[in-house]
Amino acid sequence: MITINHLCKTFRLRSGDVCAARDVNLDIHEGEIYGVIGYSGAGKSTLVRCINLLETPDDGEMTIDGTTVVIRSGRVFLREGGAEKPASEKQLNALRRGIGMIFQQFNLLDRSTVADNVAYPLRYTGMSRADIDARVRELLALVDLTDKADVYPSQLSGGQKQRVAIARALANRPRILLSDEATSALDPDATESILALLRDLNRKLGLTIVLITHEMSVIKAVCQRVAVMADGAVVEEGEVYNLFAHPVQPITKRFVQSASPLGKIDKMIIEGSPLLRVGPGGYLVKLLFHRDCVGDSLISDVSRRFGVNLNIVLANVEEIQGVALGGMIAAVEGAPEAVQAALDYLRDKHVSVEVIARG
Amino acid sequence: MVEFFKAIMPNVYAYRSRFFQSCEATLQMFVIAGLISFALGLLFGVVLTVTREGGIRPNRLIYRVLDVFVNVFRSIPFVILLIFLIPFTRTVLGTAIGVKGAIIPLVFGVVPFFTRQVEAALAGVSPGKLEAARSMGSGTMGLIFRVYLHEAVPDLIRVTTITAISLIGLTTMAGAVGAGGLGSFAINYGQNQQHQDIVNVCVVVLLIFVCLLQALGSFLARKTTNRKLFARTEK
Repeated sequence: MITINHLCKTFRLRSGDVCAARDVNLDIHEGEIYGVIGYSGAGKSTLVRCINLLETPDDGEMTIDGTTVVIRSGRVFLREGGAEKPASEKQLNALRRGIGMIFQQFNLLDRSTVADNVAYPLRYTGMSRADIDARVRELLALVDLTDKADVYPSQLSGGQKQRVAIARALANRPRILLSDEATSALDPDATESILALLRDLNRKLGLTIVLITHEMSVIKAVCQRVAVMADGAVVEEGEVYNLFAHPVQPITKRFVQSASPLGKIDKMIIEGSPLLRVGPGGYLVKLLFHRDCVGDSLISDVSRRFGVNLNIVLANVEEIQGVALGGMIAAVEGAPEAVQAALDYLRDKHVSVEVIARG
Repeated sequence: MVEFFKAIMPNVYAYRSRFFQSCEATLQMFVIAGLISFALGLLFGVVLTVTREGGIRPNRLIYRVLDVFVNVFRSIPFVILLIFLIPFTRTVLGTAIGVKGAIIPLVFGVVPFFTRQVEAALAGVSPGKLEAARSMGSGTMGLIFRVYLHEAVPDLIRVTTITAISLIGLTTMAGAVGAGGLGSFAINYGQNQQHQDIVNVCVVVLLIFVCLLQALGSFLARKTTNRKLFARTEK
């Protein structure tokens, strides 16, 4: 749905060059919710603005819903057939109309009613007044704000404002929705309801959503795949579950820690918590139970089978994309051969075993 | 009633037709110069906002030229501008006196001021709204008319009120150099002939006019602000 190849963007500021995107490559599939996570200044906002060309990249190539855009030295070309033609402002505006976008600050027009805000992208497009009214009603029903049509944005809560913004972004029936920190200004309840709405729209309309956030919990709640950005580059990318199960980059680990109680395990290890001390001959292990083995009673099984004692220090199970991911820190004590055999057995059962310390 | 007026302001009564003519002249200068200045100031303000660096259609040349023009005329005191523009007015309009002769200097005096005010009003429109409108496919004209001018209406009304009130002040100054109106009436018939009641009445008339303008401006600005600054209980 969206393919990005070798996208580069550098801001030349008086204080020096800031590279907001360095050779970014992404492939976002149709109908998925794709997350982009990073700290502020990582370039994620720039990346999403490049997709609808609010920001002109320096170089790169993007295919968005079948339209190929080539950018060379800040100039935008459209590729049709084999030929590349410079894109006119009109063509870019048409392209933007095919991509909806929502923002952290909602960006509604304060002097227009909810209905007029939603009608904004429909006006001056040759659509008749009656058709616009009908479409606005339809959109307000979609975001569950039918009774607020004649109200001004200032009378709405943050969550309701974002719903209006979503309705407005979807007015032209785009197949892609860009969400720039759309829940970052909302309280937890409103965040939850907006995320539920996005999930719902994704399912009902087959909408492809690119979601930018600095909160891993948001990614965990709605995204199927995610890219982690730092300093303008995508440092890690993949299925959200895999990222939670096997974060590779330090920054990814930090994000995972922030969103998952399992992260506490790593924190305890780093801090050398007294809970993690083991007796002589014992092993302190970190066990990760993946989708296949969470439900099994492996611990008591191992304990019985090999005659070892397992003392559970910390354990947690959570669900990511409907799949369980369990983590545990346990002290294993017993005869050295028995402990080894027990750990091998666990590995056999697809539990990832990491020895943290030996007594 | 007439006796009463005669008693408290004998000189105003004596020169009453002149007084009414002066009121009319002031009003004419105000309306004509005001309308022209409003149109030009709004245009220049929008152009400056749009063409500035980081604006929605940056254009260094247009911005610089307009910016310098505004700065130059903003820094010339109006009384000096009046005499400075006499030759220019004479070539353009054939006369430099009377209501007709006052229009050009008034426009030159007000437009730069109003342009800056419009610029400030438009600067109050959040960049996020512009960005959202761009993401929905609005072009430059769409952004100007549907976002900038639409969202800034209350502020534009406020700055228009301020400018209109300062324009009244300028029309009386123009009166001092032969434009007629309440300013010249107060100077020539009040001050020069030592008729204090004439000066007083001019003050009162202008005061009432300014108050009406301010009340109207405040009312319209409030009416067009669809946003509560302070939470009030809902109806």
